[in-house]
Amino acid sequence: MARMSVREAISQALREEMYRDERVFIMGEEIGKWGGTYAVTRGFLDEFGEKRVRDTPIAESVIVGAAIGAAIAGLRPVAELMTINFAFLALDQIVNHAAKMHYMFNGQIKVPLVIRTVGGGGRQLGATHSQTPDVIFAHFPGLKVVAPGTPADAKGLLKAAIRDEDPVFFIEHATLYQAKGEVPDDEDFLVPIGVSDVKRAGGDVTIVSYSKMLQVALEAAEKLAGEGIQAEVVDLRTLRPLDIGPVIDSVKKTNRVVVVEEGWRSFGVGAEVASRVAELAFDYLDAPVRRVAQAEVPLPYNQRLEQLALPQTADVINAVKDVLYLK
Amino acid sequence: MAELINMPKLGFDMQEGKLGEWVKAAGDSIGQGEIIAIIETDKASVEVPAFRGGVLLEILVQTGESVPIGAPIAVIGEAGETVDLVALGVGRVEAEAKVKAKAEVEAKAEAEGEEERGAVAEGGRLLASPVAARMAGELGIDLRKVQGTGPAGRVIKHDIETYLARQERAAKAAKAAPPSPPMPIPSYEPAGAGYQAIPLAGIRQTIGRRMVESKQQAPHFYITMEIDMAAAMALRSQLNALLPEDGKISVNDLIVKAAAVALKQFPNINASFAGDEIRIHEQINIGIAVARETGLVTTVIRDCDIKPLAQIAAEARELVGRARDGRMRPDDMVGGTFTISNLGMFGVDDFIAIINPPQAAILAVGAVQQAAVVRDGQLAVGTRMKATISADHRVTDGAEAARFMQAFQAALEQPLRLVL
Repeated sequence: MARMSVREAISQALREEMYRDERVFIMGEEIGKWGGTYAVTRGFLDEFGEKRVRDTPIAESVIVGAAIGAAIAGLRPVAELMTINFAFLALDQIVNHAAKMHYMFNGQIKVPLVIRTVGGGGRQLGATHSQTPDVIFAHFPGLKVVAPGTPADAKGLLKAAIRDEDPVFFIEHATLYQAKGEVPDDEDFLVPIGVSDVKRAGGDVTIVSYSKMLQVALEAAEKLAGEGIQAEVVDLRTLRPLDIGPVIDSVKKTNRVVVVEEGWRSFGVGAEVASRVAELAFDYLDAPVRRVAQAEVPLPYNQRLEQLALPQTADVINAVKDVLYLK
Repeated sequence: MAELINMPKLGFDMQEGKLGEWVKAAGDSIGQGEIIAIIETDKASVEVPAFRGGVLLEILVQTGESVPIGAPIAVIGEAGETVDLVALGVGRVEAEAKVKAKAEVEAKAEAEGEEERGAVAEGGRLLASPVAARMAGELGIDLRKVQGTGPAGRVIKHDIETYLARQERAAKAAKAAPPSPPMPIPSYEPAGAGYQAIPLAGIRQTIGRRMVESKQQAPHFYITMEIDMAAAMALRSQLNALLPEDGKISVNDLIVKAAAVALKQFPNINASFAGDEIRIHEQINIGIAVARETGLVTTVIRDCDIKPLAQIAAEARELVGRARDGRMRPDDMVGGTFTISNLGMFGVDDFIAIINPPQAAILAVGAVQQAAVVRDGQLAVGTRMKATISADHRVTDGAEAARFMQAFQAALEQPLRLVL
């Protein structure tokens, strides 16, 4: 075990996989000479050379399209999109090609591609650069969508994504790079894609979350424990394929659910989880499932307004008390 | 300005209050907080202080009257002020109407049994969370009887748990409380002034409770059969000639064995009613009703189908002896699956007995007597005994009980069956 940040964990995962498998290479805007907008790939150009660390034009469609071609041809590309907001420019490549080629060519083609990208608000980057549209990508069958909330999961999931035979959309969070945690040293440490994880055990209420909001949920759980409320925190880690099992097990124990997501409420992760809970654990519910999500506005630039629009620890605590009928 | 004083809510479950006493009279000056009246609730007498100072202008509810909480009971205001009840929004007529309506609702609720408290939304749908509804279903709880504390009175898991805890406490309290006879108390006084009062001893209380329970809950039906006892009596004489004085076989022993033989053939009679199921017992344990000064007890002989007649006789002698002497052991009284009550020694022709719950049946046996019988078209003297089974219709039906009685009759009329 070593204590490191999410940034270091992702960097380490990339480096280990590039040493392990020479087919693995990285490409994206300013990842080489500049070392990546979030400094994840700093030093990689010197370490691995231009062949395996490729700076690309500012053209997301080209980045993903070229990566798809390389993947089909037998390489293991890790394409970086500077932010998830720019992924919309490559949406056709992602959802119509990467996600569907294996199916449309009757399984003759595999697309072992990883698209690394960065989402999330809270850094005063304005409405177009602060979005958390994770569910858009999770909507498409054929694509795996992963969004870790801890350094260990970031490393283990990225390594698993690179070794996966299918396209994986890997969403990092802009405000999580500094978050620190224990990460196993083992070079073959993998976190399986599509497996939810109970990050904190408790019997009174189930808080379902992932990515940055996992940290918010854990903070809320800590404060709630001070009031004698034991929250169980389930980390989805993967949005597609969604592993609802641990959520259902938890609900059967607690009878109450709060889903915390950074994206907008409508048609979101909370809606999906609530629906599955209703389908699979209806008879165990003691209160309607509560969703804590971003206010349904373009995210404000103003710092205070931005924080007001994003889910905060207090919002989670309030929602928990709501489902416990404590208000 | 004149203001209404309303019936205060003095307890969580208070619905209405009775005006016990007016401490102040109309026209009296009152300081704020001064006691103006005493209200009687179901539980206590409570003083009502004035919420403001002034003059008690008018009393709207007289001593002894009951009104629902919130109903106006008096008007307070300034000296000399005229009271306009209509302007105050309430009249005595309305208050009276409220009381009447309330009384009707309560009478109805009482008639329907327990008060219904769960939240009922528009359209008559009961509000309960899914888990609360499921728990109620599994535990057999009527959701209408659970107080809902969720939004709009929704019954939530916590409410079910609270309800269960309360039931449990109530059950414990009922157990802990000194046994009081839940028998209906006669509403008349015995004729004449002189009588001797005998406190209801424990055993009489138990008999009373169990017999009332049986008669109220078990639908009894009765089948009487006349049995030719000549052969049985002859066999008994033969057997007793071989047995020592303290090992003789009684008529009752024959009856017990005959019942066991018949029960073996009709296991549905060797049963008990357990609410949602009928329990067919593997053992045939026959209880014998033993009369005592203090009251009836039943002593149980186990495995009567397996034990030979002589052993049944020996055990019966021992058990009945212990019962009569008041030396019964706890085991002597429990585990019965069928009961025989024999009043033959009193010369009784026949009678019917009350089922000993939860058993399915009881057999009442009269005396073995000489009787005029018709045999081959000729009047003759026979030896006869009448037996009547009382059976619980929830467990068995007439035809089955009749066939059981035939088997019982056959066992006694061909008594070698009893010693096989």
